[in-house]
Amino acid sequence: MSRFRIPGKGRVDHSAPVSFTFDGKTYRGLRGDTVASALLANGVHLMGRSFKYHRPRGPVTAGSEEPNALIGTSRGAGRFEPNTRATVQELRAGLVTESQNKWPSLSFDIGAVNDRAYMLFSAGFYYKTFMWPKSFWDKVYEPVIRGAAGLGKSPTEVDPDHYASRYLHTDVLIVGAGPAGIAAALAAAQSGADVTLVDENAEMGGSLLSDPAVQIDGKPAWDWVDAQLGRLRAAGVRLMTRTTAIGYYHQNMVGLCQRLTDHLDNPPKGAPRERMWRVRAGQVVLAQGALEKPLVFDGNDRPGVMLAGAAQTYLHRYGVKVGDSPAVLTSHDSAWYAAFDLADNGARVAAIIDTRDVVRPDLLDGARKRGIEVLAGHTVTTTRGRLRVKSVRAAPVRGTHVGRGRDIPCDCLLMSGGWTPSLHLFSHTKGSLAWDADGNTFLPDRKTEECEIAGAGRGLWGYQAVLADGAAAGLRALQGLGRAGHEGRFTVANDRPGTGVSHTELPTDGNAGKARAFIDFQNDVTAKDIRLAVREGMRSIEHVKRYTTNGMATDQGKMSNINGLMIAADALGKAPPQVGLTTFRPPYTPTSFGAFCGYLRGETFQLTRKTPIDSWAEANGAVFEPVAQWRRAWYFPKPGEDMHAAVLRECKATRASLGIFDASTLGKIEVAGPDAVEFMNRMYTNPWTKLAPGRCRYGLLLGEDGFIRDDGVIGRLSPDLFHVTTTTGGAARVLTMMEDYLQTEWPDLDVWLTSTTEQWATVALNGPNALAMLKPLVQGVDWDDFPHMSCAECTVAGLPARLFRLSFTGEIGFEVNVPARHGLALWTALMEAGKPYDICPYGTETMHVLRAEKGYIIVGQDTDGTVTPADAGLDWAVGKAKKDFVGKRSLSRPDITAKGRKQLVGLLTEDGSPLQEGAQIVLDPNQPKPMKMVGHVTSSYQSTMGHPIAMAVIEGGFDKMGETVFIPMPDGVRKARVTSTVFYDPDNTRLKA
Amino acid sequence: MLLIHCPYCEDTLPELEFTYAGEAHIARPADPSALSDEEWRDFLFIRTNARGPHYERWRHIGCGRFFNALRDTVSDRFLMTYKAGEARPTLTNEAAE
Repeated sequence: MSRFRIPGKGRVDHSAPVSFTFDGKTYRGLRGDTVASALLANGVHLMGRSFKYHRPRGPVTAGSEEPNALIGTSRGAGRFEPNTRATVQELRAGLVTESQNKWPSLSFDIGAVNDRAYMLFSAGFYYKTFMWPKSFWDKVYEPVIRGAAGLGKSPTEVDPDHYASRYLHTDVLIVGAGPAGIAAALAAAQSGADVTLVDENAEMGGSLLSDPAVQIDGKPAWDWVDAQLGRLRAAGVRLMTRTTAIGYYHQNMVGLCQRLTDHLDNPPKGAPRERMWRVRAGQVVLAQGALEKPLVFDGNDRPGVMLAGAAQTYLHRYGVKVGDSPAVLTSHDSAWYAAFDLADNGARVAAIIDTRDVVRPDLLDGARKRGIEVLAGHTVTTTRGRLRVKSVRAAPVRGTHVGRGRDIPCDCLLMSGGWTPSLHLFSHTKGSLAWDADGNTFLPDRKTEECEIAGAGRGLWGYQAVLADGAAAGLRALQGLGRAGHEGRFTVANDRPGTGVSHTELPTDGNAGKARAFIDFQNDVTAKDIRLAVREGMRSIEHVKRYTTNGMATDQGKMSNINGLMIAADALGKAPPQVGLTTFRPPYTPTSFGAFCGYLRGETFQLTRKTPIDSWAEANGAVFEPVAQWRRAWYFPKPGEDMHAAVLRECKATRASLGIFDASTLGKIEVAGPDAVEFMNRMYTNPWTKLAPGRCRYGLLLGEDGFIRDDGVIGRLSPDLFHVTTTTGGAARVLTMMEDYLQTEWPDLDVWLTSTTEQWATVALNGPNALAMLKPLVQGVDWDDFPHMSCAECTVAGLPARLFRLSFTGEIGFEVNVPARHGLALWTALMEAGKPYDICPYGTETMHVLRAEKGYIIVGQDTDGTVTPADAGLDWAVGKAKKDFVGKRSLSRPDITAKGRKQLVGLLTEDGSPLQEGAQIVLDPNQPKPMKMVGHVTSSYQSTMGHPIAMAVIEGGFDKMGETVFIPMPDGVRKARVTSTVFYDPDNTRLKA
Repeated sequence: MLLIHCPYCEDTLPELEFTYAGEAHIARPADPSALSDEEWRDFLFIRTNARGPHYERWRHIGCGRFFNALRDTVSDRFLMTYKAGEARPTLTNEAAE
């Protein structure tokens, strides 16, 4: 039996020991323990070192708000998690845990020298202390500070667990299953509403689990909770434990993160570790309760100093006495009950030190009966003890005068500065807060969502009041759904009502400037830091927060925000509501990336589109690359070939005889209807009226701003039918743009737009033998009237086809479109028929090289959204005689016609070495830095001509033909000559062959 | 995540099914060539950037239709949605509530 465990007490299973390790040492806890309760049962308070000063720290709380007891947990490779709160992590057999931010060991930590040098690390120290010399910042100060400060280590391996996602629609969602939440659920579950009750803890019951002496309707608290949960279950209420409401979003959407396996000894194979629920609720009831506030005094962070409510929870839920001789320091009645409960369970309470002069007589009676010394109107000025509190110094306070103190030996100090409602989720909805001057706290005020706030979450205290409020809130939620019910009534015996007062830092008889009175334990922010920030000119609480980092740790200020505000307001001489509260943002508690990703990782991160010919490419050794959401064959290496060799072979084979390419990913849109030609005239830069059926044309699409958006060859199959092709990545965007104009600007046009990208498989044939090879397979085409840039509906290899004669390589070329289901049959037929011509399948890389040799642009690679047709040398594609088309007016804007625009040109390096795509271009490599950059390389390839080629946009490039520019690259400056973008067959003789 | 009412589908559906499409009621000039550079610049680039109720366009990916909406940019609430081509509705006090 562990020294501090009370036999038979608590909700843990005393017959089920569980062993685990902490920093390599094996401990025994019980089933139902958290890591924190199990360590405390073994007398271990020291669980971590603080972020900045490396001060020894122990748990302050027993819940998810814990700032100090952060540990690493592990379940084998890839399953390491840093910064887990020991107060939340349930014990499981074989759990491996470790403390953080210490070296060489938790009890002897070198980094603790920071604590001696604390004057250096005050608020804003980053901005002040390490300013000089400047060069030291990168190399000395920052690495040292970063090495010394910090929390846990990031995991380095891929997380092998998987995470689930679910949607849920429910009539009423209740967050928090304490007394208010349970009462609300009982009310809301009437008349058949679908009700969901969630709680972040392993068990429902909330504060009642820590107050077993309370009786409700004649039943002890725990029996009452069991009975009510049974009733709710019977009424069909969805009860979810270990489920944290992490965020409250628009229109009553609440995100829930449910922890499924971290508490299990052996998770079922394949079970998800966590599940993210996206809940849309008709009504939401927030019954999150209140968080206890620490008191602010010198040494309030020493291990053994914890919140009184936490000690009460460790006692009743886990059967753990946090110390043999606790002292109590409080400004609220609630801590007196904690003291009584500990005394009744064998602890010798050293003293109850209450900051108030006058305390309720029944509490004084309770203390007298138990023989506990009471020091009313007192403060604690400091604590002593190296790794654990050994004594506290209590001193009387009269007005602002602190009298002579005396040391009170103890082995822990239970503190309570009162309770602050948990406003986080309500704040997510941008609900406004109102300052409650009596309670010295903010309360929820104006709501923006269909929600109710009940119980301690809106400042109520005492079980009678909280239960009645929960029932009323549940009923209001039900009524909000248009349903009726009656209001539940509860009779509470042994209630524990309470009030308290609020403080800034407690008065001291010592040097206030040297007090280490912590507000934000996790970020090591002291009261002095807040006052310093105000002295140094911070006026807004948002600035104070960022300057001091108060409330910016992983607990998001659950402990520190109100204390920080009270002290800042005091320093500013303003009322707290005038200073305001910083904004709480989701998630409520740290949430794993896995839970957010859910199924969207690895192979299921996004869908992979495959063409009908993909299986052939895979079987024939293609290397693939992703293009938009497609996977495309990149190149087809033969044994022993690297990419460069394969691409060069594919290029040469195509130029010499015949290449075949899967172009099925090309976007395709059918534009049909009596007004189709008018629509095309308005959308594209080119004129379409005179394009005869059976002919095609390169089309250029601009935005209204005059910049190139897309391009592609467009065939007119009949007077009222255009087959438009778009870039692979632009298909959806172009259709949306066309739909936008058709629906909203020109609804009078009689035109239908249909996406046919996936309906057609497209195979491109290119090379001097393309025509000879294809001809015998085609029926229905008059070859005497089928020149370059023609199209026809016909059959190819017996398959119904749309045949285009066009070229993206500079060779004689065709694109054969067949219904997608015939794509593979077409490909194999063409491969067979191409054998006599040594037909060579090629991939996207070869396609890129061949098009670049001809200076054909790729929209999105050679253009970037700021390139006009003139900039790209595509003026010839603009129908200047047309009165209007999308973007036309912009082409005469002053900025578009101005000199010095970046223009698309070719580049040839002097030494024949390749350029990097994206490399910047300068005119004088010897100019001082920062250099004037005049453009960048857009495309760069090895070519079939024995030297690399590149395209680039350069300011005034058309006027620089033949001139030299310079391209600084990581391994040296390249010198290149500006050329035309057409490197190969500039007269297009090969197309006419 | 917002719920948005598509006036064509007559259904209220999650935001994921919709995309934003800029400010509403900015008609493309019938004859752009008649506009001065300044007028054309204003058409292209100058927007209300309203703080509060904002007339804007959305597209329902499900049915492919563009429609108009009145949304409060402060509260991020949709006050109403209506079909493309319908006149700009005036903001009633009820809607503004």
